[in-house]
Amino acid sequence: MGDGALSVWERSSTARVVPSARPRKLAKVPFVELADGRLQGVVSSGSDIGRVYVSSVEAGTYAFACSTNNNRPCGGARGSFCNHIRALVGEALLQYGVERVARYLKVEVSGEAADANTVTGAMVSTRPAQGDGSAAAQVFSRFLRHLAYLEFEPTTAPLPEMQWFPSTRAVA
Amino acid sequence: MRADLLTDAVDGLDEALAAVDGFDEVLVDGLLRPQPAQAVGPAGLADAVAGSPLAGRVAEAAEKTAAGAAGEDHFVALAAARTALLGSVHDALVVRAEEAVGRPRPEEIGTAPPGGAEHAVNLLVAARSWLCDLARAGWRGIDHELVAGASAVVSAMLPEPGLRRLAALLDGFAAELAASCPGATLEQVPVRRWADLWSRAMLLTLPGAVSAPAVAGVTGRLLPLGMDLQEHATAVQAQVHAVFEPADGGASRLVRASVSAPKPDSVVGAGLWQLLRPRLSLLAAVSEGRAMELDAMPVTAEGDLLWDDARARTGEPAEVFATARVALPTAVASPTAPLDRHPARIAVPVLLEGYGVEEGEDGPVFLVAGVRLAVDVDRVPAAGPLTPEAVAGSGACVGLLRWDAGAFVLQPLAVERTVRKKAVAVHAGAWAGGTSDKAGVRAEKAATDTVTVLRERAGRLLRK
Repeated sequence: MGDGALSVWERSSTARVVPSARPRKLAKVPFVELADGRLQGVVSSGSDIGRVYVSSVEAGTYAFACSTNNNRPCGGARGSFCNHIRALVGEALLQYGVERVARYLKVEVSGEAADANTVTGAMVSTRPAQGDGSAAAQVFSRFLRHLAYLEFEPTTAPLPEMQWFPSTRAVA
Repeated sequence: MRADLLTDAVDGLDEALAAVDGFDEVLVDGLLRPQPAQAVGPAGLADAVAGSPLAGRVAEAAEKTAAGAAGEDHFVALAAARTALLGSVHDALVVRAEEAVGRPRPEEIGTAPPGGAEHAVNLLVAARSWLCDLARAGWRGIDHELVAGASAVVSAMLPEPGLRRLAALLDGFAAELAASCPGATLEQVPVRRWADLWSRAMLLTLPGAVSAPAVAGVTGRLLPLGMDLQEHATAVQAQVHAVFEPADGGASRLVRASVSAPKPDSVVGAGLWQLLRPRLSLLAAVSEGRAMELDAMPVTAEGDLLWDDARARTGEPAEVFATARVALPTAVASPTAPLDRHPARIAVPVLLEGYGVEEGEDGPVFLVAGVRLAVDVDRVPAAGPLTPEAVAGSGACVGLLRWDAGAFVLQPLAVERTVRKKAVAVHAGAWAGGTSDKAGVRAEKAATDTVTVLRERAGRLLRK
């Protein structure tokens, strides 16, 4: 401690800790995040425009849950991942990159060749348990909070603190 | 430019940073149950400010911290000491940078009196309490539950424009911490960065800390130099650096105009410009390569224009490299407000010409009068025409001189390349106001679709 041997990255005020999200199409999966120890998000229903599914997979155990925003269980998520969860994994990979998603979920996949199929396959092959779905309300409220970010007005008073968050070309 | 000055040692810099590093390392393991070795960090901070008005309070805070008995006020005192030390580092580096570019020194300012109403004190108290919990846990002790504590505070702060600074900081900080949970398994900790964000946030929880009132209204011509973009997952800020020429014939000044907004993390690239565009007509002027005429535009003592579209109209064409060659050399910078003095805040506009280019490990390096100056091409916004290749093939560059991790670096804002014997300029912020570039139009379309989907979902789900 205090030996002055910090690396350049450790001594940097503007070190990039979280890479920018990659752009992706939101039509099917409007919200995905790695938070609260889960990959979680919201998947739009293919048949009912007013309905969304709240889906999640827990890091490490891959315990999964999927239900509608009105708390009805998803018929497909019995015994294994439903199509909503599969779509969620796929979009998470697009947004955050396979490495970050695999690391967060603690999925062992090898290098460049890994894609949504291999990541999903690696999780399904462990025969994960169905989660209790108690997180759904929380995930949905995080989605609403996320949407609320569109509602704030821009301001022209400077935010000097943003100097610590330079734009970066590097993406996940 | 006297580039040699940028690599010369700065007196006292290593000592000041060693005191900062000593304290920062203590935050890695946290202050809940300090080990004897951890007393060294806070004590070093206290020693470093022993000759300042902070001396007594910081010495007491260091002592209490070593005993594991520090309260919130003690943490505030330590954050203040660290901020003061980095402030002195900032000052020394700015003097050096301005010597190097040959810019006239600004007048010193005192602290402007705080203006406006005080903001919800309970939110500031809640934020401080969360930050103190973080300091006790240390970066190695963070978990999802602790980090999630910031979310309610941020949500309550965001609708209040006067609290945007702290809200944007806490939101970005908490997102990084959340992505790094659990701290116990972190391979590497961004030691200085997180201590920066922590101490900055601590000070912003003090009433009056964020006040930056306008001190004058300025009338004259604004000549843009370039665009600096800053973003984290849920906030974005664009800052236009420009030369302002007063209509009364007074000395021209370096100023900035900013626009910022909270954002969903899926809004990226050209979507950022779309979010900011409606609030700052200057973005369009930058894209069109035009000056703007300002009429009594409010400006702070730091040289930040508090932009109001009603006080600006689009002016004559103004070429950035002409501005940089003719107007930039005599423009005077404004001094930085005391609390904002930090090396990360350094952004000195500069024109470089006649340099050599080498390919370094992390992108191009300019050889300026025999000195190697790293070019941070990673900072150039992805939604724009300026590419690392264009920078590497350039013959002139307008950029911001910055300092990080022990060295000056150049952030390119625009470059000039010679194409068929003609100088062609490429600007980092060229797409800010919109573009007819093919790749740019595609990026705009994708970004529009993103926001359309989110708004549709919000319309259906948000108010039920």
